[in-house]
Amino acid sequence: MKKLFRRFFLVDFLEGLWVTFRNQHPKYIYTEQYPAERPQIAERYRGAPRLNINPENNETLCISCNLCAIACPENLIVVGWDRNPVTKRKDLTTFIYDTSRCMFCGLCEDACPVDALELTQDFEMASYTREGQIWDRRMLEEGPYPVKYKS
Amino acid sequence: MSAVETFLDSNELVLNMGPQHPSTHGVLRIILKLDGEKVNGTECVIGYLHRGVEKIAEARTYQMFAPYVDRMDYISAVSNGLGYCLAVEKLGGIEAPPRAQAVRVILTELNRIASHLFWLGTHALDIGAITPLFYTLREREEVLKIFENYCGARLTTHAFRIGGLQYELYEGFEEQVRKFCDDLPGKIDEYEELLTGNRIWVERLTGVGILNAEDCKRYGVSGPMIRAAGVPADLRKLQPYCGYEQYDFDVPTRVNGDCFDRYVVRMAEMRQSVRIIQQAVANVPTGPVMAKVPKVFKPAIGEAYVSIEAPKGELGYFIVSDGTLNPYRLRVRPPSLVNLQSLDAMCKGTLVADVVAIIGTIDIVLGEVDR
Repeated sequence: MKKLFRRFFLVDFLEGLWVTFRNQHPKYIYTEQYPAERPQIAERYRGAPRLNINPENNETLCISCNLCAIACPENLIVVGWDRNPVTKRKDLTTFIYDTSRCMFCGLCEDACPVDALELTQDFEMASYTREGQIWDRRMLEEGPYPVKYKS
Repeated sequence: MSAVETFLDSNELVLNMGPQHPSTHGVLRIILKLDGEKVNGTECVIGYLHRGVEKIAEARTYQMFAPYVDRMDYISAVSNGLGYCLAVEKLGGIEAPPRAQAVRVILTELNRIASHLFWLGTHALDIGAITPLFYTLREREEVLKIFENYCGARLTTHAFRIGGLQYELYEGFEEQVRKFCDDLPGKIDEYEELLTGNRIWVERLTGVGILNAEDCKRYGVSGPMIRAAGVPADLRKLQPYCGYEQYDFDVPTRVNGDCFDRYVVRMAEMRQSVRIIQQAVANVPTGPVMAKVPKVFKPAIGEAYVSIEAPKGELGYFIVSDGTLNPYRLRVRPPSLVNLQSLDAMCKGTLVADVVAIIGTIDIVLGEVDR
């Protein structure tokens, strides 16, 4: 009898509509208005790589130890250095980071002993070309720069 | 097919379902052998997402391979990472500290909830109920935010390392998890209100795709599918790992083993996961989060097999070490692939529309089926 009543007056249907109606409240809106509003990125987010420079003397923090290149599962980091004859230290010459192959696992960041290589909160890394995905030392230090295309 | 069964003397129609069909959850191709609307047999064609993960492992060190396992079952990446880390830890004779174990339990259970929520949304979408998708993804977003805050990635998390955890808990982790756990049972009630009582939902799923306990064992099916058939097989109870024996939870089972029962079991499992998380968050032990693991990790010659209860079933890792930096062989026992083998048995004699429902309740992720 009860089942017939539910069936006749579409009770389950109305119950479902009531749930939908309750969820119309603006506090349930979760959509991110991305281009208009920047999303909240977590502090530990693993995004675009950055090679930190020492703010005091504008020299790179990287000591060319090559540990990040060894730790990388995809072998996408290439570190080049010269032996400085005066200080007997390694001087960083090139640092190439291929973001097109990167899976942002964070192993290079963990391996770095001086916190020079860091995965930042920046997530906008789109490029028109494959070559644009390969970041050189200047891009890693200053961030990606806009490319001028001939119109 | 005998001539008596068919009304008209007709040929068997062979139809390709997928690999682009939206209800196959990725790139699964099913060859349906049809007699009108009736399914006489199915054949799965897999491999469209094959990346050779097991082969990649042989050229990577143990630490390097950890991010790759996240990409197999990308809906529950944390569970995959846990299984791999436990297997390597068993191989190397390492044990994670108690604090790391408690955090691992919290994160894997959150991942189980996220996986089941995503399953519920997409499965309901396949059946024709669009509304639950928006609500379940809204709740899943909360879990993904916790993952993002904890380890810096939302989907392919790489949350665990061999020997423990890389990251300490962040400030506000406890409140965020507690708030999520307090809110979720109410939300699950809402989904049940939308679906469990819904006449269309019940009639589409009840009695469809029955796989009894006998067949489940024969096919090696695990996870919610075998529990829906009445076998309380849960590795968290049967062979506790990662300190699951400390937590009080039930293993929900049903008797019929049809699609509706699998749905009910998964809904009940989410509630049990909430219970586990609440117990685990209440007493996270203090101490280190990382055991002593040598930087150059070379396990002794030997082999190890560890299986855990992933959201989709029994996820096993078998690793053979030859004493070098890289594993000699790594084999994954993916729950999705094994569960998918029972598709043919379930689909025989049903209608084409039911095939969609059956694939939905197996809960496959093609990244894991193909690897």
